Amino acid sequence: MTQLEYLLQQLINAVSIGSLYALMAIGLAMVFGILRLINFAHGDLIMVGSYATLLLNMAGLPFWVAAAAGIVVSGGAGLLMERVAYRPIRGAGDVAMLLNSFAVTIFLENLGIMVFRATSRPFPSPAVFSSVIEFGAIRVSSLSLISILITAILLILLTLFVTKTETGISLRATAQDLVAARLMGINVNKVISAAFIIGSVLAGVVGVLWSARVGKVDPLMGFQPVLKAFVASVVGGLGSIPGAILGGYILGTMEILLQGLLPSNLAPYRDAFVFVILIVLLLFRPNGILGSTDKEKI
Amino acid sequence: MKANMDKRKMLMILAIVALAGFTVFVIVGGKDYAERILIGLAISIVLAVSLNLFSGFTGLFSLGQVGFMAIGAYASSILTLPLAMKAANLPDLPVWLASIEMPFLPATLLAGSLAACVAFLVGIPLMRLIGPYVSVATMGFLVITQVVLTNADTFTRGSRTFAGVSGHTTLLNAWLWAAISVYFVLRMKYSSFGRAMRASRDNVIAAQSIGIDVVRQRLLAFCASAFLTAVGGALWAHFIRAFSPKSFYFTQTFSVITMVVIGGLGSVRGSILGVFFVTILSEVLRNLERGFSLGPVTVPSMYGASQVIMALILILIIVFRPGGMMGESETSLEALVKRFRKAGTKAGLKKE
Repeated sequence: MTQLEYLLQQLINAVSIGSLYALMAIGLAMVFGILRLINFAHGDLIMVGSYATLLLNMAGLPFWVAAAAGIVVSGGAGLLMERVAYRPIRGAGDVAMLLNSFAVTIFLENLGIMVFRATSRPFPSPAVFSSVIEFGAIRVSSLSLISILITAILLILLTLFVTKTETGISLRATAQDLVAARLMGINVNKVISAAFIIGSVLAGVVGVLWSARVGKVDPLMGFQPVLKAFVASVVGGLGSIPGAILGGYILGTMEILLQGLLPSNLAPYRDAFVFVILIVLLLFRPNGILGSTDKEKI
Repeated sequence: MKANMDKRKMLMILAIVALAGFTVFVIVGGKDYAERILIGLAISIVLAVSLNLFSGFTGLFSLGQVGFMAIGAYASSILTLPLAMKAANLPDLPVWLASIEMPFLPATLLAGSLAACVAFLVGIPLMRLIGPYVSVATMGFLVITQVVLTNADTFTRGSRTFAGVSGHTTLLNAWLWAAISVYFVLRMKYSSFGRAMRASRDNVIAAQSIGIDVVRQRLLAFCASAFLTAVGGALWAHFIRAFSPKSFYFTQTFSVITMVVIGGLGSVRGSILGVFFVTILSEVLRNLERGFSLGPVTVPSMYGASQVIMALILILIIVFRPGGMMGESETSLEALVKRFRKAGTKAGLKKE
């Protein structure tokens, strides 16, 4: 394998993992953009979607039908979460919302442990996901390519949605200024529900792809991805959708780079390096790369 | 007159509840059990009050305090570990550490100072950020400590259990530290320093315009809070005596947050009430969770149920009583009586 081929292969890995981070980060960014809510529980939607897929598949539905239904369940769970936990305290201040979302996370994860037990279960992934595709010397798993492809399609759809549809334009208006948007006759409740549904559906998609990647599901599976998605959205600028996408790909690339460059005795510290880089970045660009230019640093 | 009556009634009720609760604990669990609960309470008070020192006063919410607790626990335990134990459990320690065996108090103070230094370094970039970024970044700090503890085998035995710590924590020194932290934080709250800090919480620009150096205030509060949290960690380590990095992660974070929020963010006495409430409730729930039988009815074990209930309580408190039990006030029972009469409050988790 030549150096170029090796580089290409790593690049594909970086883009495929970055795609998943980007999809997760979009959901965080949309909700933060409108409500200033840091939604920890976003990660648990991955868990909800994956378990729904698994259970429906075990009940006899074909994988693809089960996965589609699981993604819908995840979307519904996101909508429910907003109605039950976040709507009553809307506008109550950053800390209250942050702590509430933290509580929702603990609630969902432990509910998962109660219902499904803490042990992991194997996730059924169809043969299409597990084959290896070769381009010359480059060997890529089909799942990586499928993740990249699905993400690309979803990103195009999302772009069309936020630029062409009425709800999408209202969404951006609300994120810019909630009060002014309301004065313009935008139904803010509808917009917020839409943001949650879209974010949660994307999380459901990530759930299926992530579970297929790891091969198993467990009640705490959403936590690691959501931590990464936080990094991605903070790097890009909390609340900015393009920022979240950019942040996701930067994070994916950074992880693959660190994996390749760190000497083997430092390799286990990879995640620590990721967060150190985040903190250093915040020192120079406190609002992330594409974050609003309002002076929010003291 | 009426308030006085209510106050006396309240005191009576509280005293009776406390006494009854304590008696039940002693009867059910015996003297050792009661002692364990009491030491646990004292340690939680140290942890909750120090979280309050940073988050209640500055309005920034740190999700990384448990990282400082971990630093306190590991650092103090390495220092107090008997030499023979050290040679067996941590054979690769550098010589200067391998040959030290300290009494508990200096080890605790050193561990606290180490945490304060780390807080200073971490705080320099973080204290400039606005609220939500501080929360995410401190959470990042927690992840960093977790990764480092799990991989620094030389010092921490990695993800394996760090065992053999001597049980230096007693009822006396735990409650002494609890008293010191409460006194210190209360004094701080009403000092010019604390007032400056709370002023900058309520309005950064106004505070800066009257000459308050907001970043410096926050940094000091962060370091002081880290010191006390690490002391709490040291006490906890010498009480539990065997732990692993996983002991210092999000479950522990959630537990401390619950105590502080239920009591009222910004109120020291509220934190203490929250500690009592959460400790006793989770003790009861943990026992119920294992499954029990009441006459003919047998309830099977349901692991996770206690945390589910705790999370629900926290959500309900944030939604319906955002000020917690005490809001931000310190005025004692009289205010408490009044607060329970008046539903809803604006203090505590208030809008910015």
